Order: sequence, then C-alpha cells, then structure tokens
Amino acid sequence: MTKIDETTRADTAVEGLDAHLVVDRGTFRLDVTLAVAPGEVVALLGPNGAGKTSALRALAGLVPLSDGHLRLDGAELDRTPPESRPVGVVFQDYLLFPHLTALDNVAFGPRCHGATKAEARAQAAAWLDRMGLAEHSGAKPRKLSGGQAQRVALARALATNPRLLLLDEPLAALDARTRLEVRAQLRRHLADFEAVAVLVTHDPLDAMVLADRLVVVEHGQVVQEGTPADIARHPRTDYIAQLVGLNLYRGRAEGHTVRLDTGPAITTSEDLTGPVFVAFPPSAVTLFRDRPTGASARNLWQCEVAGLETHGDQIRADLTGELPLAADLTTVAAAELDLHPGARVWATVKATQTHAYAV
Amino acid sequence: MIPSDKADAATDTLQGGPRRRRGRTGVGRGVPLPLLIPALLGLAFLVVPLIALLVRTPWHSLPEQLTSPDVWQALQLSLICATAATAVSLVLGVPLAWLLARVEFPGRGLVRALVTLPLVLPPVVGGVALLMALGRNGIVGQWLDSWFGITLPFTTAGVVVAEAFVAMPFLVISVEGTLRAADPRYEEAATTLGASRFTAFRRVTLPLIAPGIAAGAVLAWARALGEFGATITFAGNFPGRTQTMPLAVYLALQSDPEAAIALSLVLLAVSIAVLAGLRDRWMTAG
Repeated sequence: MTKIDETTRADTAVEGLDAHLVVDRGTFRLDVTLAVAPGEVVALLGPNGAGKTSALRALAGLVPLSDGHLRLDGAELDRTPPESRPVGVVFQDYLLFPHLTALDNVAFGPRCHGATKAEARAQAAAWLDRMGLAEHSGAKPRKLSGGQAQRVALARALATNPRLLLLDEPLAALDARTRLEVRAQLRRHLADFEAVAVLVTHDPLDAMVLADRLVVVEHGQVVQEGTPADIARHPRTDYIAQLVGLNLYRGRAEGHTVRLDTGPAITTSEDLTGPVFVAFPPSAVTLFRDRPTGASARNLWQCEVAGLETHGDQIRADLTGELPLAADLTTVAAAELDLHPGARVWATVKATQTHAYAV
Repeated sequence: MIPSDKADAATDTLQGGPRRRRGRTGVGRGVPLPLLIPALLGLAFLVVPLIALLVRTPWHSLPEQLTSPDVWQALQLSLICATAATAVSLVLGVPLAWLLARVEFPGRGLVRALVTLPLVLPPVVGGVALLMALGRNGIVGQWLDSWFGITLPFTTAGVVVAEAFVAMPFLVISVEGTLRAADPRYEEAATTLGASRFTAFRRVTLPLIAPGIAAGAVLAWARALGEFGATITFAGNFPGRTQTMPLAVYLALQSDPEAAIALSLVLLAVSIAVLAGLRDRWMTAG
C-alpha cells in the first residue's frame, strides 16, 4: 500500500477525489471536505447518524449535493447521474440481486457498460476466481455465506473498473469470526486497488486496519483527520478518545502544568504554552484506597467509582470526581482495593505517561 | 387474577379436555348467539346459490351443451378477449403502477384515486363513458374514425377495450402494492453498476416483482372474463363478435335455461381455479 504524504498529494491534485460534499436534509446538514489520492484508502469514521452514509450516497450520486463540488480525476461529477459515474459501491447488506446467480450479479455491471453477454460472463468469472469464489459462481445469493456474499459484492463493484470504490460498513453484516477473516481479505483487495477507495464505518478497528487515513465525522462535520496512528495518539474529541481508549482533557498549558477548563491541573512531561489536549491511557492510572503518603501530590485526585466492567482480562473502572477518568487494573488489584460502585479511591498518573499536544 | 373457573376452562381448551365440554366451550360459551345466527345465515346466503347451481345442472346433457356451436363460440370469444384485455392491462398497467410507486409528482394521490375509480364505478357507467370517449362521435373516437378508419364500439376490439377498462385497476393496485413492498435500494444498486433507470427496472425490479404481476394479471383476467355491464354497453351483444360468456348466459336464460346453467358452471369452475391459483397469496391468513 502506498503512503502518500502531503507534498505528493498536492502535486497530483488533479488525480483522485476532490470533494466538498454539502447535503441538507431538514435539520441535518452534512458538510465534509474530502481529498483522496489514487491508491489511497480513506475511512469515514463516526458514530451512527453522523452523516457518513449520506456522504457515501452523495459520492455515488444517489442523493444530490445541496452545495459544494465533486471532482474525480479532474472531471466534474456533481451533475452526473449515478449510472454514468465511474463509481463502484459495496452496500452494507450487499444488495446482491436475489434472482441472479453470483456470476450474473458480477456480470451485471460489465453488461450495462456494453459488454456482450459472453464477455461480461468471462470477466465476472475472472473476478470470482480472484476472490476465490469460482466454485460458487452458479449459486444464488441466498445460498452464500456472509463472507462469500461480501466478496461477491466486492467483485460486482470492482467489475466495472471504477475510479472510486465506496464501501458502506463493509464488515457490519458479518459475525465476529467471519469478520476477522474477511477483514484481512478485504485489506489485501483494497491494497491491490489502484484507484480511490472510501469506506464508511463506525468500527475503529475496521477503519484502522483497512484505511491509510481516517476522516472522523461527527454531526455532519469533519472533526479530525490523519493516519490511524496519529489519531490514536492525538484524539481531539471525546468520541475518538473513547474509540481509541484514552482519557482526554482540554486545557491551557503553562510549562509543564496544564490547567483544565473544568478546574483541576495535570502535570505533563511536555513543555507547552497555550490551549492543549492532554491524553493518557487508562492503564497509566494507579488507584489507592487511602491517600498515598510517599507519592508526590502531583496528578493525585480523589474519585468515586461510578461503574466497573471487564475489559479483556482487565477491569475497567469508570471514575467520577474532580477529574472524570477511566482506569484499567487487574482483577486481583480490583479485589484487593475492594472496588465497588460508590467506593472512594485516590487516582494517580505519572507525568511521563501523559501526553500533551497543541489544539 | 383470572377467576378459577375461567382458568380451568382455558386449561381444558388448551390441553384438549373432554369432547362434550370442549363443544360447550367452543359454541355455547365462546360465540354469542346474536353473532352466530347472522354469521351462519350469511354463510348460507353465499353458498346456497352455488349449491343450487350444481344441483340444477343438467349433468347428463352437459357435454352436449358445452360443445354446441353457440356456447363454444361464446367461450372462445371470452377467453380471447379476456386474455387480450389482460395483455393490454399488463403493457399499460405495470408502468403506471411503477410511476405511482416510485416517482414523486404533484397530484399523485389524485392520479391514484382516478386509477382506482373504475373499481367502484358501476360497469354500465364505464361503458357509457367509453362510448363518449371512443364512440364514433366520441371525443377521441371521431379522430380514430376519420384519421385511421378505426371504429371500436360494437366490435371485438371494443370488447377488449371495455374489459381492460374494468380490469386494469385490479392489476395496477396489485402491482403497485408489490412494488411498494419491494426494496427500492436494489434499483439504486443497479444504477451504481451503470444501469439506466429503465434497465434497472427491466433487469432487477421486474424479476423481483414477477409474483405480484402474475397475481395481478390473474385477478385482472378473472375480472375481464366476468365483465358484463361495460361490455354490453360499449360493444353490444352480437353472437360470434361481441357476445362473451356472461352476455350469452343472460341471453340464454330467457330461451334455453339449461344452456345458461352450463355456461354458468364453466364460469364458476374458472373462478374456483383462479382462487386455488392465488390461495398462497391471499388465503394464507386463514
């Protein structure tokens, strides 16, 4: 998979996708800017109702743009009807035509693009073969497993040689085990795809595994974009912080001290000035039943346990108090501390385990 | 809390208590007489005439009746006209149903009401209206006559027109219902694959709604086969040309009641066949 940095993207601005999508739908307004280079996979990540699917439908031409523009490889597509756009879509529940075999589903696109029946079928057979589905080409969609249907849907979308591939929650319809396998396969197919790929998901793991770059959408707006690693380390909204499992605060830094908007201060290892975010993982938090005597008073807060849940082999404690935070601890530690909802505890975080960055 | 005797009765019914007791629970207590008696009368009212038809059928002379040239002619004409009317309904009605189900346009509710009107309109009125439109001096008919030399009233083609007028709404309503129940996103998927809206309709939607179209066509065909009022008004009653079975039955009843009964029996058999064919679709609730 090729990584495209800012400079090369600017140089090849004509190639790839350049979109400013504005869709008004009653009280909801989607306003998203997207620039994606050929070969790049971008994930639109966001909670349900954030407008991700609207963005995808606007790219496909299934909903009209209220404003903005849409250019693909330099060509204006705003007014192009969906059937004339070089766009392939993998729908969330695949929408394979139930009355056609897997082969004829895949051959549908080439047939609409003017291929003869024999040519279309030959192309479709080649695609199914590539997806490892040659022996299922005669099967009707209802005979296919979830993973197989997903690959047929991908083959159907790719068979028209689109310049823009759209995937709507491509793994949402699969059970946990199939999902793991299909995610790995999908990653390989996306890596081979030379044009622009945009996928929509609410699952951060899917987004991080499949995409080169994430665009986080909340309430119809882009709130953050960057590489998965960058977003995981520098979340900018509570939603993303929760997704990547970090405690996130916003405040004003003066040297090594960050005074939070809500009152308390956090000591950090970074030396910064001005508005900043401070983030630290729940595993960096240490809990004490009594006020620790030896420890320095820095980054020490009294909290109350609001809830407990198991998180893998760990216990995740949800704490409220002057600084609301999440803390991870082992089952043994939780038992020794006699943690239960309502219990009062002291929480500390080492400055070296916090991470501050400018807003 | 359920009173204990009622609870007992319920338990008995559920677990299959003594037959005598169950009978009392089912009829005597379960259904009040003021409802039961009219219900049974209503059932008899609907069924007894059909039984009477069977009882009075001249079974010994039936083969002879049905093969008489007059009856055979009427039967043939009926089948041809009903099938042609169904074909007309399909060609015009399926696109009309699609338009009503899939395209938002101003006055759609009004258009749907107009399409439904022939369902409740007295067929004779339909016949008169058709004469005003397509008659030799009708608002459209005069042009058909002077430009193309086409005359529809009192011809076999007129029978087809009258039957289609009455039967098409059945097909439109049935197909529109099926279209509304079908997932329109399949059409979207087809357009993203490069299909025009018409191709999407032809290659995706049409196969998906085929069962609904078939049911609508059978319904329309049955309605066309039994059409009387609009046909006799618009096309007249000429044996061999416009005299379909219902018209022949009506005429025969005055001169040859046995022939009328035989013809009626044929129409009854067709109706039962239609009902049996559609049972999966409309009778599964029972």
